[in-house]
Amino acid sequence: MIGLPQTSSAPRWNRRQVTLAAIAVGAVFLLGIVLSSTIIGRTGLDPLLTARNQPPSLAHPFGTDWLGRDMLTRSLYGMSLSVRVGLLAATVSALIGTSLGLAAGTLGGWVDAVITWMIDIFFSLPHLVLLIMIAFAVGGGTQGVIIAVALTHWTSLARIIRAEVLQVNSADYVRLSHKLGRSHLWIARHHMVPHVIPQLLVGLILLFPHAILHEAALSFIGIGLSPHLPAIGIILAESMRHLSTGYWWLGVMPGLLLLLTVQAFDLLGENLRALLNPKTSQG
Amino acid sequence: MQTNGLVGQGLWFRYSPRHPWTVRDISLSVGQGEVVGLMAPSGYGKTTLAKLLAGYLSPHRGSVLVEGNPLPRRGYCPVQLIFQNPELTVNPRWRIERILREGQAPTQLDRLGVHPGWLRRYPHELSGGELQRVAIARVLNPATRYLIADEITAMLDANTQAQIWQTVLAYVQQHQLGLLVIGHDAALLKRLCVGGASPKENRILDLTQPTTALVPQF
Repeated sequence: MIGLPQTSSAPRWNRRQVTLAAIAVGAVFLLGIVLSSTIIGRTGLDPLLTARNQPPSLAHPFGTDWLGRDMLTRSLYGMSLSVRVGLLAATVSALIGTSLGLAAGTLGGWVDAVITWMIDIFFSLPHLVLLIMIAFAVGGGTQGVIIAVALTHWTSLARIIRAEVLQVNSADYVRLSHKLGRSHLWIARHHMVPHVIPQLLVGLILLFPHAILHEAALSFIGIGLSPHLPAIGIILAESMRHLSTGYWWLGVMPGLLLLLTVQAFDLLGENLRALLNPKTSQG
Repeated sequence: MQTNGLVGQGLWFRYSPRHPWTVRDISLSVGQGEVVGLMAPSGYGKTTLAKLLAGYLSPHRGSVLVEGNPLPRRGYCPVQLIFQNPELTVNPRWRIERILREGQAPTQLDRLGVHPGWLRRYPHELSGGELQRVAIARVLNPATRYLIADEITAMLDANTQAQIWQTVLAYVQQHQLGLLVIGHDAALLKRLCVGGASPKENRILDLTQPTTALVPQF
């Protein structure tokens, strides 16, 4: 008998379990961010002049600012607001992208030409410049940010959906399906939708970090959310004035939280993509 | 010209007005219970002709008739084409059992060697040969009257090739299907088309010959 080498002693997780765990971790983290502002209450937002400019400690993990407000509370409030604004903007953007992508892919002809032309125009302009222009044109504020982000982020998703529809439509298995007696509607329902839905879902989730970062960027330069709201971009903008005086935690800690949130969305999107694709879902 | 069988009459086709004719004035017919070979090197429009006969493409001139009628525009098509690359003819997001049931209920799973263990798998988990058996099993059902096999065993080893052809030929003879075998392997075509049960009716057409050679001599 040939002695086979014993494979790993401790039971290890397979890739599917790791993927599911990553999705759970990402989702719980983001849900925690969104709900945090209602859980921790508003007490940390009130100025407490006896505890000004304190570096991070156990009582204040993110430190306090020049008015003695707890930076952890402010950052969580800001992040929660940013995620909700991003959610709204990304959803609207995904809806626009999906409908235009579907229209371009299925109708073809001049409809496709016009939509592709619009996508090219949006791609040819610097993203941030377009954002600033639109946000400024519609009057700024929360509404301006949402409209600007929603109107500028649909292009890549529309391109992906259009390509997916074109590819599936011309696939041999779709043409064979016609010959097997299936109707157009049946094919759209059973061949097309299962291909487009995962792209839409993953596209939507991967839009969030963009939306959040651009919301923060707009607020940072002062045409986004109004200054009294604890938005992450405003917190970061305020911290700039205090960086040179050594209050590093005002910028670093909220920045880290923003980074973590964006990474969590990325983790969620990438792993969901792996799970939804049969080629990678069972490995 | 006869009205029985699958008949292509004076077929012309090109992919765009700027391109030369891919199929030039070709006529051929396949009767029920008949095995016809079609042979030509690459680039002679074999696959295009197969797609014309199965209704995947419409000829610019000429017509394709089944038992005297044009191919149905909707519903199950009595002429089924089996493609050279099975990977492209299955939805990568579907499991095999769903792929098999898309048309009619398949009847020849065992004889084609479609293992029951494959049914829960996805296409990328099967090899090309295994997938080709699935693709063949999908169209071997009572609603199919004519089969067009476009180089369906070109990528398979000799054993699998033999097993698949034995099953397909037995099925074709039992149910009196018409079979058009497209290939460039002269030995295989000879074996399939001439050595069959009724050698008089079976023949091999060569696309490189003048078009008159394609019109069956009755």
